[in-house]
Formats: sequence, C-alpha cells, structure tokens
Amino acid sequence: MPEDTVAHQFNTMEQQREADTLGMWIFLATEVMFFGGLILCYTFARFSYPQAFEEASHRLYVGYGGPNTAILLCSSLTMAFAVQSAQLGRRRATVAFLLGTACLGLAFLVVKGFEYHTDYVEQLVPRWHFKWEGSEAPHAELFFWLYFTLTALHAIHVTIGIGLLLVMAVLAARRKISAENHMPAEITGLYWHFVDIVWVFLFPLLYLIGHRQ
Amino acid sequence: MTPAIVPARTYLVIFGLLMALLFATVAAAYIDLGQLNLPLAMAIASVKALLIIVFLMHLRHASRLTQLFASIGFFWLAILLLLAMSDYVSRLW
Repeated sequence: MPEDTVAHQFNTMEQQREADTLGMWIFLATEVMFFGGLILCYTFARFSYPQAFEEASHRLYVGYGGPNTAILLCSSLTMAFAVQSAQLGRRRATVAFLLGTACLGLAFLVVKGFEYHTDYVEQLVPRWHFKWEGSEAPHAELFFWLYFTLTALHAIHVTIGIGLLLVMAVLAARRKISAENHMPAEITGLYWHFVDIVWVFLFPLLYLIGHRQ
Repeated sequence: MTPAIVPARTYLVIFGLLMALLFATVAAAYIDLGQLNLPLAMAIASVKALLIIVFLMHLRHASRLTQLFASIGFFWLAILLLLAMSDYVSRLW
C-alpha cells in the first residue's frame, strides 16, 4: 500500500515526490552558484591573460580529459537505467546498474589520479612543484591553480556520488527501494547527472582553450 | 499517480547524441576558428547540459514549479557572468 511509504507530513505519494524533486533542484541551484563563483574567477583570469591561459591549457592532455568525459557520459546512461529499473521494480537490475555507475565513477577518479601524477611529474602544480618556461609564469600558475581547484572540487563531488550510489545499491538489495518508493534512486540520479554537467563545462574550459595543433 | 517511465530507447538516443557532441567539441578544438573557438565550445557544452537536464534528469516530465526552480540557478549564473563580461566589452583600455 502507498500509505506505508508516505511520510506523515504529506497527504499523498504524489505530493511527497513533488517535494522530494523540488528540494533536490533547490539544492542543485545552490551547487550552480557554488561552482559559479569559481567560474567567474576563471572568466576574469582567462580574459585578462588570454595568451598564458591558452599556452597553459595546451599542457593538459586531451587524452586524459576526453576519455574521462566519455566515462562520465556512460555513467549517466547507466544511472538513467538504474532509475528506470527502480521505477519498474526490477530489483536485481537496479542494484546492477547502481553498482555499474559507481564503478564508472571510480574509473573516472583513477584516470584523474594518473593525470594528477602526470601533472606533478611535468611540474605543473602551483606553489608546490611549478616550473614554467616563458614570460607569463604567474599567469600560467593562476590557470593551474584554477585547474586543480575546479577538478578537485568536482572529484570530491564524484566521490560523494559514489558513496550515495553504494548506499542506494544496499537499499535496493534490501528491498527498501521499490516501484512505489523509488525516489531515493531518482534523487541520487539528479545529483549524479548534475556532477556530469559540471564536467561537461569544465572539460572545454580547461582542456580546449584556443585551438590545438 | 506513478511518474512517466521513459523508454530505454530515448536514453540510448540521448547518449548517442552526447557522445557525438563530445567528439564534435574535441574536433572543433583542433580547427583554428579564431575568436569563435570559445563560443562554439560553450554552445556545444550548453546543448549537452540541456539534453542531460531535460531528458536524463526528467525535467520534461517535472511540474512547472520544479522547472522554474531548475532554471533559476542557471539564470542567476547567467546574470553573474554576463554582467562581468559587459565590463570587458565596454572597457576602452
């Protein structure tokens, strides 16, 4: 019966779902502003030092960033299927797709880790391990400061997302997520897709400045 | 009322479009378009984001109120960035 899953402050399941969705979108709006402040910093710096930003951007490898974008897009597909399976009450498929999405998230972080290592070896870590051949070293350093801040904040979001996915997989396995009560999966999906959107913008902003040879 | 269940085919089509746009944005970065490289990359990213929001995040089937709240975050962000950019366009030095 639907009454089992409707919290006492709501009249109907529909009203509860509406509140769940709306609350999550309000949270995501605050996330837009959270990343937005940094994007404003980036915009200011990029238009102030266009030459340094283009040269610095070309030191990043599209061979890391491109496949990582593809990994996140694949994870968004598996996430969509996880939510759909939950809506249809397919328990095993829900668990499998949730775990698959978590694995793709983990793969993203592993690639990112290798990339950070490459950046360190190539002396691109501001303050700590930075060497720049050229006249605009401070401005190039500013680019890498933004690169590490934005990608690390994004990686933290991916990590939180993986944690949420694992919790959802356990809930689904224990039959706490059903066709009638699938909103936890749906809300986790909203978060995961949002983190994907952040990367969709970070990838061209960081890796694809100007034009590459 | 149970929410509309989106068929798997829709998700696969959207995924195909997203991957195609990813290849398009990387390919575009290797072509010299001068000042147009940045607007093109941002336009492609915006289309990708819109596909994710409308179809994968089910905003198409959401209530008007949810749609309004979803747009509003991006609307404030646009104000933030556009007003900052207006400084660069109007400055004479």
